[in-house]
Amino acid sequence: MHEMAICQALLEQVEGIARQHSATVSLVRIVVGPLSGVDPRLLESAFALARAGTAAEDSELVIEDVAVRVRCRSCGAESTASAKRLLCGTCGDWHTELTSGDELLLLQVELSREIDAVTV
Amino acid sequence: MCETCGCNVTPGNAELAWRPVPHGTTAVDVLGRLLAANDRTARHNREHFDEHGVLAVNLMSAPGSGKTALLEATADALRQELRIAVLVGDLETENDARRIRARGVPAVQITTGGACHLDAHMVHDALHEIALDGLDVLFIENVGNLVCPASFDLGQHRNVALLSFTEGDDKPAKYPVLFRKADLVLLTKSDLAPHMEDFDPVRATNCLRELANPAPLYALSGTKRTGLQPWLDWLRAQLASVRAVQTSASPSSHEESHHGQRERMAG
Repeated sequence: MHEMAICQALLEQVEGIARQHSATVSLVRIVVGPLSGVDPRLLESAFALARAGTAAEDSELVIEDVAVRVRCRSCGAESTASAKRLLCGTCGDWHTELTSGDELLLLQVELSREIDAVTV
Repeated sequence: MCETCGCNVTPGNAELAWRPVPHGTTAVDVLGRLLAANDRTARHNREHFDEHGVLAVNLMSAPGSGKTALLEATADALRQELRIAVLVGDLETENDARRIRARGVPAVQITTGGACHLDAHMVHDALHEIALDGLDVLFIENVGNLVCPASFDLGQHRNVALLSFTEGDDKPAKYPVLFRKADLVLLTKSDLAPHMEDFDPVRATNCLRELANPAPLYALSGTKRTGLQPWLDWLRAQLASVRAVQTSASPSSHEESHHGQRERMAG
């Protein structure tokens, strides 16, 4: 269960952004790929605990899914794949490279100003 | 990662990058890695290794797959040839570090106190207790776990995954995140292979290839000291290839990053 450690790293970044803007956090948007090694459900549970007492205390965590995709080094085709079978969907070769699926990214933080509400 | 500018937007995830936000809020687009602080320290560790011409090898496996036995055998085999040191990660006890020190190899125990993996900060702290000068290879024996260690870069040059004959041969398919990153897979406890009819090395190899991983697989026994030669040759080759890169690289901005680096991440 390394999701708590990852959550703390996430909250450190998010709190830094909130401090810079003197704001509180209303929403945190992240991407967790199937090959990132992180379980989204465990990350959600960890976030609910770890956010207590931080600028993200009342924030919502939105986890975006992303498909596993590979590019074939033999035939050049791009295709979706499963996390445990990264084979080319066109020719079946295993000589592929991952083009997405291992992301563990902080996409976006939505902030609410405590004093002046900012209109976008 | 994007090959053009190094950002994290790829054709596969680009549609996630930009979103409208509701009124009364400000959206700050970050699009950075969640483990950015760990990755910075990992880069910093790698700079330490490169400055000293050290090859850093991260050993990962399930508990009881024979990481410590492999290191004992390796220490004995390379005694006259290479200077090695070991960082040992465990939840509790100094037992593994003691076993390695008994082979005459300096070992620093990192007791994680319950954390299921090593991170770059723990490794950095432990480096202060190891003299890198004159060292050839630093092994980082990760916490026995096939899940959590895979998510954290430690600054190593190579990843070695151990899979013993007493485990399931389909483990690469069950733990794709870790096995996908392995530069070498060692099938350990090969002395028990005659008793382990269910373990098929061909199936293990196929599972690894299905992860698009071309890494070699070598069978060996650390306790019986058999089959070590391909592993030792691989180590020598990696040391030579990492040293070739290290000596051709320009002087790094290591000192700068030393002072600019962020404080320890809770783990």
